[in-house]
Amino acid sequence: MKVLKKEKFPQIWQAINQAYELYLPIEKDDRVNFAQWTEGETVNLEALKTEISPKDVIFPQSETYLKFESDGKKLQLESVESENREYVLFGVRSCDAVSFNLIDNVFLREPIDRLYEKRRNKGTIVSLACSEPEENCFCSSFQIKPEEASPGVDVAAWDLGDKILWKPVTEKGQVLTQKFAQLMEDASQQDQEELIKLQNAIKEKVKELPLASVDPKVIKGELKEIFESKVWDELSQSCLGCGACTYICPTCHCYDIQDFAGGNCGERFRCWDSCMFSEFTLMAHGNPRTTQKQRFRQRFMHKLVYYPNNHGSYACVGCGRCIEKCPVNMNIVKVIKRLGGEG
Amino acid sequence: MSCSCHGHVDPLVPKIAVIEHIRKDTPDVTTFRVVNPAGGKSFTSLPGQCAMISVPPIGEAMFSITSSPTEENFLELSIKKCGIVTEYLHGLEVGSEIGIRGPYGNNFPVNDELKGKDLLFIAGGIGLAPLRSVINYIMDKRDDYGKVDIVYGARTPDDLVHKEDIFNNWPNRLATNVFLTVDRECEGWDGHVGFVPQYIKELGLDTNKVVLICGPPIMIKFVLQGLEEIGFKKEQIYTTFELRMKCGVGKCGRCNIGDKYVCKDGPVFRLDEIQRLPDEY
Repeated sequence: MKVLKKEKFPQIWQAINQAYELYLPIEKDDRVNFAQWTEGETVNLEALKTEISPKDVIFPQSETYLKFESDGKKLQLESVESENREYVLFGVRSCDAVSFNLIDNVFLREPIDRLYEKRRNKGTIVSLACSEPEENCFCSSFQIKPEEASPGVDVAAWDLGDKILWKPVTEKGQVLTQKFAQLMEDASQQDQEELIKLQNAIKEKVKELPLASVDPKVIKGELKEIFESKVWDELSQSCLGCGACTYICPTCHCYDIQDFAGGNCGERFRCWDSCMFSEFTLMAHGNPRTTQKQRFRQRFMHKLVYYPNNHGSYACVGCGRCIEKCPVNMNIVKVIKRLGGEG
Repeated sequence: MSCSCHGHVDPLVPKIAVIEHIRKDTPDVTTFRVVNPAGGKSFTSLPGQCAMISVPPIGEAMFSITSSPTEENFLELSIKKCGIVTEYLHGLEVGSEIGIRGPYGNNFPVNDELKGKDLLFIAGGIGLAPLRSVINYIMDKRDDYGKVDIVYGARTPDDLVHKEDIFNNWPNRLATNVFLTVDRECEGWDGHVGFVPQYIKELGLDTNKVVLICGPPIMIKFVLQGLEEIGFKKEQIYTTFELRMKCGVGKCGRCNIGDKYVCKDGPVFRLDEIQRLPDEY
């Protein structure tokens, strides 16, 4: 275990940036979001949650994968290889780190999504424990421990005031640590004790959170029974279909494929899409989901029933972003409670 | 994680295929025969599987493969003109190149549950396309299967697809019956008139068969009802679905019915499986 003094932050950002692309929570226009670091950016590791989850680092919002040229008869196709370097994603909260594993379950199962795999393999993830979980957090409902390193992260870090405690947990994490060891010190006995104190404090805070009692297991019954529940009418009534929830959600991963053309040449790209949009399932001969109720139900059934049936865990990490961002104040907590029979 | 991706092409990247032959089946259905630029099939498939056809910059769409896997030299796709991709495809000529990727989805269980059984095929309109892949497969391995009955209907005689098969090839095969029907009386048509579900009831078929159905959703719905009334069990009935698809590999999240992805877990489902799924198709 190592210690990195905060006064060394500018130095380590610079050093990492020499060898890797570096992504950090960066403050711009009063908003904090993960972005590629460049000299002079305002890094904000204090903000608990970025407005948007860092999923766009592992799954870009838009990604070109094919170039084509066509004269109407002859067609040429050429794969586009991404040119990204290895990257370090620094300061990922436990909930967001777990969401990466949930997306892996879909994209890395056969047939493997090679674009995603390539990008995912290039990353080294440094998590940062949540010293101050807040009122909209409910990660504990999904057995996520914000005081610990989530499965899959390469380095776990904890904020100890004027320094962070740095613990490599994978081989990649070891490599990163060795590369920048000259900027770190070995953790002392006292640091270790402080860590235990911090972890216990976080555990206590999590227990006291207003949403700590949210439990998705209150949703019981057969898939069809839940699908046909009366509560969908009432829950979906206010939904505007704006799709904001799907864009900020760390686990939403539906995508669209589109062609962009200029003359004979063009590119094919994939980009985030939302099951909340009316054209999502529209075909030339009809649409299986014509109402907002059906689209609303699809999103929550996917997270709370379909995904668990297929992968053994819920597709929500309790980050609480949808609670903060939904313009009509609808969110997954309300859905869980209502499906569980709460009034 | 070590990088295992070198040398692997992403499943979303199509390869080139050339249109070798075009046959206009009906005013709005055309059958395209496609091959590798260097000759030969783009890929091998099983009866009921699909291919994603790409026509940049218009886009991609999923189609069932209508040729039998026993056809060694090419793939055939019967495509109805009804959207922007199909409209564009209908404007292409022999020699035009398209993108193709696949095969996608599961298949009708020709080597398992269908083997040795009497089979009843029920199709409506362009719904014959995926079933033709199975029928021709069975015709090429005729001894492995029992009696074959094919009930096929369309709006008008002009809308019947694969005319050579339904009028000449199949009726002349051993232990094979083809029953055709059209929705309304038409000049020059002396065959059966009426909707497919009603025709099934009239035919008085015995129920010791496996049934394979494809057609417009409304036809499927009434045929299923009718078959259950006659005494067919859910476990004897298979159908194939069509939903909006982008990736074809169970990731883009678009074609699910409940917890099943039609592109990956389907498109072929048995009726008892379907009835466990939400009614959203």
